[in-house]
Amino acid sequence: MTKEPVAVVGIGQTKHVAARRDVSIAGLVREAAQSALLDAELTWADIDAVVIGKAPDFFEGVMMPELYLADALGAVGKPMLRVHTAGSVGGSTALVAANLVAGRVHGTVLTLAFEKQSESNAMWGLSLPVPFQQPLLAGAGGFFAPHVRAYMRRTGAPDTVGSLVAYKDRRNALKNPYAHLHEQDITLEKVQASPMLWDPIRYSETCPSSDGACAMILTDRAGAARSPRRPAWMHGGAMRSEPTLFAGKDFVSPQAGKDCAADVYRQAGIADPRREIDAVEMYVPFSWYEPMWLENLGFAEEGEGWKLTESGVTELDGDLPVNMSGGVLSTNPIGASGMIRFAEAALQVRGLAGEHQVDGASKALGHAYGGGSQFFAMWLVGAEPPTG
Amino acid sequence: MAPHERPHVAVVAFAQSDHLRTTDELSEVEMLMPVLHEVLAATGLKTSDIGFTCSGSSDYLAGRAFSFTMALDGVGAWPPISESHVEMDGAWALYEAWVKLQTGEADTALVYSYGKSSPGSVRDVLTRQLDPYYVAPLWPDSVALAALQAQALIDAGETDEPALAGIASRSRTAAADNPHAQLKGAVAQGDYAVRPLRTGDCPPIGDGAAAVILAAGDRARELCERPAWISGIDHRIEAHGLGVRDLTASPSTRLAAERAGVFERPVDTAELHAPFTSQEVVLRKALRLADDVTVNPSGGALAANPMMAAGLIRIGEAAARIHRGASDRAVAHATSGPCLQQNLVAVLEGETRD
Repeated sequence: MTKEPVAVVGIGQTKHVAARRDVSIAGLVREAAQSALLDAELTWADIDAVVIGKAPDFFEGVMMPELYLADALGAVGKPMLRVHTAGSVGGSTALVAANLVAGRVHGTVLTLAFEKQSESNAMWGLSLPVPFQQPLLAGAGGFFAPHVRAYMRRTGAPDTVGSLVAYKDRRNALKNPYAHLHEQDITLEKVQASPMLWDPIRYSETCPSSDGACAMILTDRAGAARSPRRPAWMHGGAMRSEPTLFAGKDFVSPQAGKDCAADVYRQAGIADPRREIDAVEMYVPFSWYEPMWLENLGFAEEGEGWKLTESGVTELDGDLPVNMSGGVLSTNPIGASGMIRFAEAALQVRGLAGEHQVDGASKALGHAYGGGSQFFAMWLVGAEPPTG
Repeated sequence: MAPHERPHVAVVAFAQSDHLRTTDELSEVEMLMPVLHEVLAATGLKTSDIGFTCSGSSDYLAGRAFSFTMALDGVGAWPPISESHVEMDGAWALYEAWVKLQTGEADTALVYSYGKSSPGSVRDVLTRQLDPYYVAPLWPDSVALAALQAQALIDAGETDEPALAGIASRSRTAAADNPHAQLKGAVAQGDYAVRPLRTGDCPPIGDGAAAVILAAGDRARELCERPAWISGIDHRIEAHGLGVRDLTASPSTRLAAERAGVFERPVDTAELHAPFTSQEVVLRKALRLADDVTVNPSGGALAANPMMAAGLIRIGEAAARIHRGASDRAVAHATSGPCLQQNLVAVLEGETRD
């Protein structure tokens, strides 16, 4: 069976900041959605269905907020789905929306993800204790730090690699008007001198807590033909999940991440991701996850990811730019962070990424992960429609 | 297959837990596991055979973030699986799985959902679904909101208290034949909970889980003697503010029913997710159900209303009737939000028997 090709014709983001006290949750999501509609030159009436995602409801203290947000997103009288797959949710939400188009259930779909973290406290929202179950240990950093140490020990990576990633991403963020952190005076020395939070993760190697939303308009071939600006075309998309806890789990390079990437590359006809993919937006909430995911996604051999980072390959002007937008390290409205990766990948192949545009980017990967490195969502987008 | 021909998808197996007022001795995962095993055993499939898995649950009922992650460990997602989750009733998880099967990327799907209402006060918890700035701080609870809807229906002459009592009685009498039901037989209408609703007009509060397996095309025929084909499925949402809605009507149910093809031919069975007696009145009208349609032979949500699973159970119960030949064309309905805000409608059909 042939699937309908899926095109991204509209992208909108809010300016991400620590606290958007000037808007409600409804105001925040509407701002991103209207901006995506403006990009696509469409109106609310052109949208057939809405797919919304965010991370846990405890982050804002609203249970199933899609019910309250139906009016703000023009969804009244339309189908509205709410996806929740932990940190990967922004990516999963986009993929569910894409499936609605690919399966020819709807022609044009609005998909949006958000987090308004200033409404609550995300660290403690993640740390509600439950008897006999593994807690996330005072936020995500406590959970991930041991896996970073395992990576360093396994690969022999020097302990300077994490700070290089943070320094790069924060500099890239200066070129992205929507990024939360704009540290004009950032230096490598400042990153390295920042306080140690969860050894070996320093303060400047962690993501901020942001308020923000990201929206995309996905449409079919006919919708793409009417698009006023160049669409991004989806060449592949997949989700994979594995258990949080079991004896055989490799927390450094989870099998679900490898399988997910392999499925996306198969769909997109990618044989050598290092050569054929021009830019990557990957989910790096703690700096060391860049070299870890470079290996997991097949851009480097096992144990070699940190060498790519150290040699400057992942810089904005490098051979394989990673997180041109500044990434999760610079902007983290948790539920939206995955969708921002997908949207930034699409902006690159549309040639609309502004100052952080990679020249001639024609294939880009968007990547998201969540939970205890157990949920993965990825898509590969291209400047040209998929063949076949 | 022609490029635009829609893959034909069926419910091929359904299982549910016994629904209980309290399950203190069980975690959500322990409550779910027997149901997963039962639905897989019914088809002979293993987790690794399933093309796509999707679940529905609520962090607010569990009292913690990412509560669904532990259920995934119970599923046994190894080797890694293609999987997703909606923070909605399992009926919407089934919808997402149906969409996945429409893309042709999978030909079987496992759908499950579960919820424990017993650890907290579900009436209070559900107030957190409301507009967080203007309405939720007033804590109007789910029974009070349903009572507003019931009074609007009575004021409009659409029903009266004796008729509502009749719906309660009929549902719980039907539930006497349902081994999983929580509240069954002769149940007193009781005192007013919030006027005009009496305790008998309200659903029981309880814990439960359900699971369904979907399959496409010939795969469905291999796995089930008489598959319950989903000939149409659609869902729609309405405005959140109760002041801007006519509570005596459900335009979202009507629209979803039109899109799902309910009105193309008569149905013989309706499984309606109406937690309150008054909501059955609204749904019967929206779905234009004839008097001879068998409504909620399982007892419906008035007999067992496990949050997050009750909607999926309506689809499962309708499908099970088709599997055993008690129905040829059934409509199943699920709802979410205050006063029937969001509604899903599916039409299930069995192939004509010789």
